[in-house]
Amino acid sequence: MPDRTGPSLPSFRFAVNVLPKPGILDPQGRAVEQSLPHLDLRGISDVRVGRRVECSVEAADEATARAVVERLAAELLANPLIERYSVELLGAASSIRSDEVGEVAGSGPDGGPKEGDRREGGR
Amino acid sequence: MSVRVGVVVFPGSNCDRDTMWALSLVGAEPIELWHEQASLDGAAAVVLPGGFAYGDYLRAGVIARFSPIMRAVADFAAAGGLVLGICNGFQILAEARLVPGVLLRNRSLRFVCREVVIGPERLDTPFTRALDARRPLRLPIAHGEGCYYADAATLDALEATGGVLFRYLRPDGRAATDPDDPANPNGSLRGIAGVTNAAGNVAGLMPHPERAAEAILGSEDGRWILRSFVESAAERAAGGLVEVIR
Repeated sequence: MPDRTGPSLPSFRFAVNVLPKPGILDPQGRAVEQSLPHLDLRGISDVRVGRRVECSVEAADEATARAVVERLAAELLANPLIERYSVELLGAASSIRSDEVGEVAGSGPDGGPKEGDRREGGR
Repeated sequence: MSVRVGVVVFPGSNCDRDTMWALSLVGAEPIELWHEQASLDGAAAVVLPGGFAYGDYLRAGVIARFSPIMRAVADFAAAGGLVLGICNGFQILAEARLVPGVLLRNRSLRFVCREVVIGPERLDTPFTRALDARRPLRLPIAHGEGCYYADAATLDALEATGGVLFRYLRPDGRAATDPDDPANPNGSLRGIAGVTNAAGNVAGLMPHPERAAEAILGSEDGRWILRSFVESAAERAAGGLVEVIR
């Protein structure tokens, strides 16, 4: 994260959840389902594997920030031909620096500005 | 005079030099086009080569779509310019909506690297005109996201307008239209290996013609696709020149 100083707008933390549209083949979801017997787990079906992207946006208000995230999601994070997405507000704080946002988003109790909530899987 | 064909180099492209070499074998003057430039440097046709542009992060091809060169490529395509996307280049064209459909993760979830057999659906395109007949072509593939997908309406429209350029073929010569057919390497719907846009001037395919352009590589079949492309580009360039002279 760049170290930004100076007067700043309120910052909003968002998550964008991207999932394959219903009916679209999801080989990853199918692979997860196929592993379930090995775990002796029963009753699980229709597994869909997606992607979660979190980001902070500085904007005058929440509606403006959300509009920015909507555009990010629609144009880059999700491909509308195969995926759908939802935008979720995680937190808001006035005049906080971007490297402190991790606390708002609920990182570890040591309070470090680290990305403590990574859920991305390896490829 | 040989025709100038641009090959776009993204960070992570890895077939750009092979493509330039193969283009030179069929009489083109290949030039590199760096992803950060906004001009095609007078190229008469453009190839988006294979590789892993921008690491294929997020989705294969999506970040490359927003590079400055792609704005120029989109304008060029809209004006009728010839554009060919190979493998990752096809993925980029699909993400940029310059050709219909998308390329999903292979149905097997595996990266597949092997030879396939494809057949042209048409010989009257700028990408297939040098093929002497509808004979099968042996070409290598190497991809993890090559499963061609589009909704049923888009597929029907593609078929109706001749937008399907190549299909994977079974050993008996019939198209591997079943996604689970072993001859369909990635689960592509209707066995589609390559498509063109509605105007017919932009095409993408998953197999690598540039990797099958010399006998020493095991197949020269790819040369005929590249020759078609270069001849078409040369003709169009000559036509353009005539217009300028007038």
